[in-house]
Amino acid sequence: MRNPNDTADPDTQELVVFKTADQDFCLDILSVREIRGWTRPASLPHAPSYVQGVINLRGSVVPIIDLASRLGLPPIAANDRNVIIVTTIGTQIAGLLIEAVTDILSIPASEIQPTPDVASDTARTFIRGVIAKEKRLIRQIDITQLLPKAGGAAA
Amino acid sequence: MSSIDLKDVFFVECEDLLVAMDEGLRELEAGSTDPETVNAVFRAVHSIKGGAGAFALADLVNFAHKFETVLDDVRASRIETNPTLFGAFLVAGDHLADLVAAARDGVQTDPSASEKAIAALNMAGGQDDAPADSVEISAPVFAPLALDLDLPLPVTGPEGRNFRIALKPKDSAINAGHDAALLLQQLAELGTLSTTIDASALPDATAFDPNKSYLGWTADLLTEHSLAEIEEVFDFAKDDCELDISEIEAPVPDLPPLPDLVEPQDTAENVIAEVSELAPQPVKAEAAKSKSGSTAAPRQTIRVDIERVDRLVDVVGELVIHQAMLSEAIEQSGLRIEAEVERGLDQLRQLSRQIQESVMSIRAQPVKPLFDRMHRIVREASAAANKTARLITEGEMTEVDKTIIERLADPLTHMIRNAVDHGLEKMEKRLESGKSEEGVVTLSAAHRSGRVLITLSDDGGGIDRDRVKQVAISKGLIPASADLTPSEIDNLLFLPGFSTASEVSNLSGRGVGMDVVKSEIAGLGGRVSIASVRGEGTTLTISLPLTLAVLDGMVVEVSGQLLVLPVSSIIETLRPEAEAKHSIGTGDTVLDVRGTFVPLIDVGTRLGFREVTASDCGSIVVLVERDDDDCLALMVDGIRDQRQVVIKGLEGNYGHIPGIAAATVLGDGSVALILDPSDLANPSSSQRSALQPVAAE
Repeated sequence: MRNPNDTADPDTQELVVFKTADQDFCLDILSVREIRGWTRPASLPHAPSYVQGVINLRGSVVPIIDLASRLGLPPIAANDRNVIIVTTIGTQIAGLLIEAVTDILSIPASEIQPTPDVASDTARTFIRGVIAKEKRLIRQIDITQLLPKAGGAAA
Repeated sequence: MSSIDLKDVFFVECEDLLVAMDEGLRELEAGSTDPETVNAVFRAVHSIKGGAGAFALADLVNFAHKFETVLDDVRASRIETNPTLFGAFLVAGDHLADLVAAARDGVQTDPSASEKAIAALNMAGGQDDAPADSVEISAPVFAPLALDLDLPLPVTGPEGRNFRIALKPKDSAINAGHDAALLLQQLAELGTLSTTIDASALPDATAFDPNKSYLGWTADLLTEHSLAEIEEVFDFAKDDCELDISEIEAPVPDLPPLPDLVEPQDTAENVIAEVSELAPQPVKAEAAKSKSGSTAAPRQTIRVDIERVDRLVDVVGELVIHQAMLSEAIEQSGLRIEAEVERGLDQLRQLSRQIQESVMSIRAQPVKPLFDRMHRIVREASAAANKTARLITEGEMTEVDKTIIERLADPLTHMIRNAVDHGLEKMEKRLESGKSEEGVVTLSAAHRSGRVLITLSDDGGGIDRDRVKQVAISKGLIPASADLTPSEIDNLLFLPGFSTASEVSNLSGRGVGMDVVKSEIAGLGGRVSIASVRGEGTTLTISLPLTLAVLDGMVVEVSGQLLVLPVSSIIETLRPEAEAKHSIGTGDTVLDVRGTFVPLIDVGTRLGFREVTASDCGSIVVLVERDDDDCLALMVDGIRDQRQVVIKGLEGNYGHIPGIAAATVLGDGSVALILDPSDLANPSSSQRSALQPVAAE
């Protein structure tokens, strides 16, 4: 998967590209721990709507976030073929529920453009940059923003 | 092992020694008359000195030496004991702990503090400021034949037992840096020692190999110490030498001169009378005796990096889950199960449960070390606040997970400082209100309904509610018109930015308020509650989960979700008649349980899984006990199973959820949440971010 020529250039980023709610997104591969199939999560009381619940990841209890719903898009349709991308956010582990992983790309940092100045708050908060690739627009997710702040911090 | 590693080991040992020393000192202060207590303290200080010498920690060695000298005088009854002396001992002990900490962190210490502590020791011991005799800390030369055994010999007369000790260091002893001279010197300090050397194995100079050990010693020791104490001398070296200690039926010329022993007892009894009328002396003496009895057979322990244990705990948790999954899968596969398979599965289940229990017990530790540390806090806090206070600890052997013990230290320290500083009244005021001059702070631990309760109470003046309310109003924490119940006022103390001390004292008021205490406890999945009676004192109760421990849980179903209730909190389950449910107020329901009305909570609606209570979904009610002894009836849809579950924290990856204690993984690999019945009863658990109902106006 990893081509030695790519890593030689320190400015090259490897990105996991995936699809949800008919849009393309990507994440730095270094923040992805694993990609796994869908399992039914246990609901959490009083959780925001985009937190689907928690699953058991080899003994750790990991919250599952519906990425589409987190970004203000229509929530993902229940489907056994949905995929969970397990990511590390700081010291926390969270699973992002998405439709499908499509690609793994090596992109020079220079090809990542800043997020266009759009009005939508959610876009500005969660999208770190965009990449144009074969007429597709790939949005780079800022995962540090994804976990619910209030739910996580309120003790 | 590099010297850095050795140094780490030394400091870890120091901690144990300091604990032992502190314990002994407190026993002395409380009036222990057992000579073994002084010995124990002496040994601890001596071992610290010895170790410090090896690492050339001059400050530590010097101070420990002087401390030890005074202790030795007490041991040999050369100086009279008195309460002032014990006080000075405690101060010296604290200072020794500081020096050890400073040496560990590589920090310089203020030499005047050492001098002060020594001066206090000498004063109390009735001695002049002895000229500071410096201590030899250079590494001793390997010169066994020039052994000077007339060092500080605390010989207390020709009494005790005769031991013959045959010591033959192995070659490995030289590599490990053991020195027979030091060992013999330590033996000499235990009694009267006469040694003979066996140099027969010594080759001539040409064949001499400096890495080989050729010498052996036979030592006759006349001592009043026990065999175990002699063996203790060789604790570190015993693997590297051939050691044979035997008691010889040696002529014991006279019976021990009893008067010598009785005298210090007398004075110590006086101390008891002075220090505490409360402590019955025989009990103390017995406790001390049983303690010295247990030292006779030292338990073997090993030190393990906590991370290794944690990894083991995780893996064993997985093992238990997978074992359950395996059994379930075989059951559901519809295969004809051979008797052998069944037996195997059964064995596996038992074994994994055993492994799990043993692993969990590694992490569980008694709260004693934590509580012991608090004695010093009370001592320092009362000295700084110019009050006299005593700490009483109860339930010290209550076992709690190690992580909790560690993270409890800071909040507990702060709470104790608060109790002494704000809780106890000034001395004059105490006398006025007919209390004894000495304030009493009680710290206790106990297991209660699957949680650990730690209670801190003082016999001070209680909370001045008018003043608390005034301060809260003046700080803008509550509106002036707020009408608060007494318990609501008490809880104002936990609001951020609240501090009643009008003058910021040296102790509390360091910008860390009770709100920090509360959030730290909450971070552990615990709760703090406060109760106070004006004029009689204040009680703070910390309720903590036994995290990482396994939990016997009842698996219940609510709105299609599986939830776990801790069995320990369940009193009974019942299927009530519809008439037993009564509405009260708006939306609240109580249940008539044989004439007692208990608040009834529908778990499904409380957790937001469903909007309205389904009219009568054949619901089952589980009666649970809360921390405060009250009952609570929880409505669930069904009971599925009763099983042991592994607790998995939610805080790490998500955060605290009101009403939920933790999560667990069930046999099929799915996650189930563990309910926290006490928190569930809190009105705030029905809506998020309502933690400060008072301030939110």
